[in-house]
Amino acid sequence: MSKFEFPPSIGSRPIWGTLEPRTGASHLFIADAHGAEAIIDVATPELMETGHIIFISRGTDYADKLRALAPAQFYEGPSYDASLPRIKRVLSDAKMGLQVYLSGTEGLMGQATNEATSAGVPPAAIQTDHRGSTARRMQCVHCKGFTEDVETDPFVCSHCGLNLFVRDHYSRRLAAYQGVCVDAEDPGNVPAQKGIYE
Amino acid sequence: MSIQFNNETFRDDYSFHNSEWAIKRFPFPFHEDSYMYSMNAEQHQGGPDGSVYEKRFDVDEHYVSEMQDRAKVLADDPLRCQSLPHMTLAGWDLLELIMVSKSEDYPDLFELHRDGNQWRWVNKPLGIDDPFTFLDDTTLPYGPMEYITRQTQGDFALLDQREENLWMDAGMITTQADWSLDFDIGMNFFEWHAPVPKANEMGIFKRALKYLINIPQGSPGRRLNWTMTVNPLLDTSPENYHKWGIQKTTLTPENIGAKQHLRVELQTFFRLPRSNALAFPIRCYLCSFQDLTTMPKWGRRLHRVIRDLPDELATYKGFIDNRPMMLDYLSKFDDGLPTSPGIFPEPETEPPLKT
Ligand code: HEM
Repeated sequence: MSKFEFPPSIGSRPIWGTLEPRTGASHLFIADAHGAEAIIDVATPELMETGHIIFISRGTDYADKLRALAPAQFYEGPSYDASLPRIKRVLSDAKMGLQVYLSGTEGLMGQATNEATSAGVPPAAIQTDHRGSTARRMQCVHCKGFTEDVETDPFVCSHCGLNLFVRDHYSRRLAAYQGVCVDAEDPGNVPAQKGIYE
Repeated sequence: MSIQFNNETFRDDYSFHNSEWAIKRFPFPFHEDSYMYSMNAEQHQGGPDGSVYEKRFDVDEHYVSEMQDRAKVLADDPLRCQSLPHMTLAGWDLLELIMVSKSEDYPDLFELHRDGNQWRWVNKPLGIDDPFTFLDDTTLPYGPMEYITRQTQGDFALLDQREENLWMDAGMITTQADWSLDFDIGMNFFEWHAPVPKANEMGIFKRALKYLINIPQGSPGRRLNWTMTVNPLLDTSPENYHKWGIQKTTLTPENIGAKQHLRVELQTFFRLPRSNALAFPIRCYLCSFQDLTTMPKWGRRLHRVIRDLPDELATYKGFIDNRPMMLDYLSKFDDGLPTSPGIFPEPETEPPLKT
């Protein structure tokens, strides 16, 4: 699967990278869905010797391929939320020299970056690689609820039901883009949905 | 001089109004007949007598009612005031700056009595008389930033300075021109300015940041920014946009003079002594088109600026749909005569409108 080229955007939205093998005392990989491909691309026997892979499969079948890389530890979980206690526990042991590799959707990379930095991992030790879905994690500016995996603009807030327009303004603290009522000035006049990058 | 405080509202029945005094001292933001973003900052060391520039923190006839409006906004949504844990010292710095400035600049309204760290703050317009221990959070009913900004007109952002950048790590934001503190808190200077069109490509934000991080203690700066608001609504927040956005569609040729307001922000910058943070007060002034055009110079100039403003700016500021109606109204106050340079209205020397 080829990588999606994000169009140029405004200064608050993050720019994702490409995973590279680094030297480090240990290596933590967190990926969802097609993010597995980035791990497969970067994996070396040295990295896997001290490697821990946390994989959120989301209906993909990469798990066996990842297991075949023979990491020191491997976990497969059904969703980011379900794996979060484990991610927090693993990061609570983070020692100097830990390298973190995040790959997959923007929602996963944004949230896991926050977990890692709040556990004290220096930003320079965190790499990212976008793969797969370009869906966005959105926060409704009105009710503050988050809607995951938003693929269309506008979309319906999964909490308050307002029709929201998808902004490019992005908060790293919230790991989310901002959604703002699209028909406030003309209630009921909701533009036809289209893909965010269409 | 004692100020007569208006009893007025910024919501529902919108009884907000400006006296003749308030109109004359309104900070009209255009020093010439056209407008484009620029690094328009100057020293904030006083200004003409009676102008909004004269005092460090201007207090006017709207003070008491604005503070009541802020209390309502906060009761509905406490997220409008937030401070990350490392910003408490900056909050005390801000409290000190405001208390010292207001008690010196308005001794008939505010008193500050200090005996070591035992302080007593008297705010006569709001009926407050509080003894407390400076730098001891447990002796005030709110955190220090929230305490003092519930008593001071204007929004406040407190910026932490590190890595050659400014970080919006605390704020009291209830009279904002459509941006969210809750969303922007923790962002740096370039991130929170990301939605602004053109200015980044013009290199303005790079220059602005350089200027701000070099502001020393005792040399505050200031600039004006502006937008448009239908009805004198202070809380034009994104949080409530689904409720107030519809008001933009209520303009008619008959009511536009009373309903359409020019919204001006007097932004000031102060370096804080203990925390080295930057305080950024954003003071909002509102004036209806019908009041503005009582000053012939302002009527002429406002028409020309709004007519020639690039579409991108009118869109960002949210009035592109109403611009034609605004221009119909304002054109009646533009007889084509030249205007004198500078923002002040010069009612004595500017020629009256030709009819
Ligand atoms: C640290 C102090 C400052 C803070 C906290 C601040 C904050 C903001 C915020 C929150 C916005 C709204 C962005 C949005 O649409 O979401 C904004 C807009 C803007 N800021 Fe700043 N700003 C600061 C200093 C400056 C300075 C010194 C300049 C100098 C040129 C500047 C120029 C602008 C411009 C041109 C806009 C667009 C305004 C409009 O068209 O209505 N800012 N600022």
